Amino acid sequence: MAINWFKYSSPASFYSLAGKMIPFFSVAAAVLFVVGLYIGFFVAPTDFQQGEAYRIIFIHVPAAWLSMFLYVIMAMWSGIGLAFNTRLSSMVATAIAPTGAMFTFLALWTGALWGKPMWGTWWVWDARLTSELILLFLYIGFMSLQAAIDDPRRADKAGAMIALVGVVNVPIIYFSVKWWNTLHQGASVSLTQSPKMASTMLTGMLIMSLACWMYAIAVILIRTRAIILERERHTVWVGQLQEATQ
Amino acid sequence: MFLWIIQRDLLLAMRRRADVLTTLFFFIIVVSLFPLGVGPEMNMLRTMAPGVVWVAALLASMLSLGRMFSSDHADGTLEQMLLSPQSLSLLVLGKALAHWLVTGVPLVLMAPVLGIQYDLSTDALLVLTASLLLGTPVLSLIGAIGAALTLGLRGGGVLVSLLVLPLYIPVLIFGAGAVEASAAGLGAGAHMSLLGAFLLASLVLAPWTAAVSLRISME
Repeated sequence: MAINWFKYSSPASFYSLAGKMIPFFSVAAAVLFVVGLYIGFFVAPTDFQQGEAYRIIFIHVPAAWLSMFLYVIMAMWSGIGLAFNTRLSSMVATAIAPTGAMFTFLALWTGALWGKPMWGTWWVWDARLTSELILLFLYIGFMSLQAAIDDPRRADKAGAMIALVGVVNVPIIYFSVKWWNTLHQGASVSLTQSPKMASTMLTGMLIMSLACWMYAIAVILIRTRAIILERERHTVWVGQLQEATQ
Repeated sequence: MFLWIIQRDLLLAMRRRADVLTTLFFFIIVVSLFPLGVGPEMNMLRTMAPGVVWVAALLASMLSLGRMFSSDHADGTLEQMLLSPQSLSLLVLGKALAHWLVTGVPLVLMAPVLGIQYDLSTDALLVLTASLLLGTPVLSLIGAIGAALTLGLRGGGVLVSLLVLPLYIPVLIFGAGAVEASAAGLGAGAHMSLLGAFLLASLVLAPWTAAVSLRISME
């Protein structure tokens, strides 16, 4: 029997699938946030150099990771939407943008909170900080371009172009601490080297990252469902939906 | 065809000289505002000069982006260009180059004069002009993408700045950095090479991206 790989690329079937997945990801996010924050605040030891202030990394690092990952994923769905002309891919890309922008802002904000006690300044014009700020501008540009275009299909495609052009910025952020030896410290976690921090700190950070992932997925699915309903409101299947008619 | 586009756009620009001059005077006024704003301290002005000139060039180049496609869009020429058997990328490249000749080149020519206002040394003036010469075509090429995407949108002028300025930032950093590096005795070679690399990469990629964007906007 041939598997129908494209079953869930139809907004109607994706809508019900997403509805079933949202509770799972929401619960996972909630549980992981509680566990991660508990480890972060109570289990992880005080850092001998940075004192208590280092605990901001439990939210800063996951937020920074997600800000970059989500941009790449958004650009990927945009590219798929552009190449194969699939409606759902573009809707997902549109749904990712606000969450990505939120995490970018969170990374910048927590970074500023951490920078004040550590570097003695809220903000430096360091390569990584600057490129992360540019990432925020790219997200905002993507969202405002889509908001300015009334025709949703044209908005999808135009947004996809700007997302794909902007994706060059992501490797620049990621490698900025290596290429330019600036104030921001190097990557704390690496697949190839042994971790440079206590294992409880690492566990806490990874759990928080996972929690942020689950949160991002849940929110993106909810937003995608809303976009599907909005765009497909004239179709028969939306008319037959229980939630929509209430 | 490619030369024809450039020739035509230049001719149109010459017929409407005021547009060209407005961009140039905008550039001059913005650069002249800074000494009035921050005070005429020569040492400070000397260090600020490359950044100020570059930011002004960015803004001036961006302000004129709206004109790149909009008048052709309004009178239907653009549709004919899209229908023509010629490669659209080549046409866009021609339009971007014409935009550069009309807005970029006057800025490059004016930059040394403005640099003198900021008391830059002869070496720094040379580097500034050379970096602008390499960098301003990149601005026109990247700008073509933004202009194509925002074609015919309400509030397109403000939107294009939001889309294009983040992409201009690397050019700004290395363009202004070249002058600072040469003033610090490090030599501007590395920055110039990077600017050259930006120029080559955008020469290849930007016309194609802008052509795809134009097709999306004109659907």
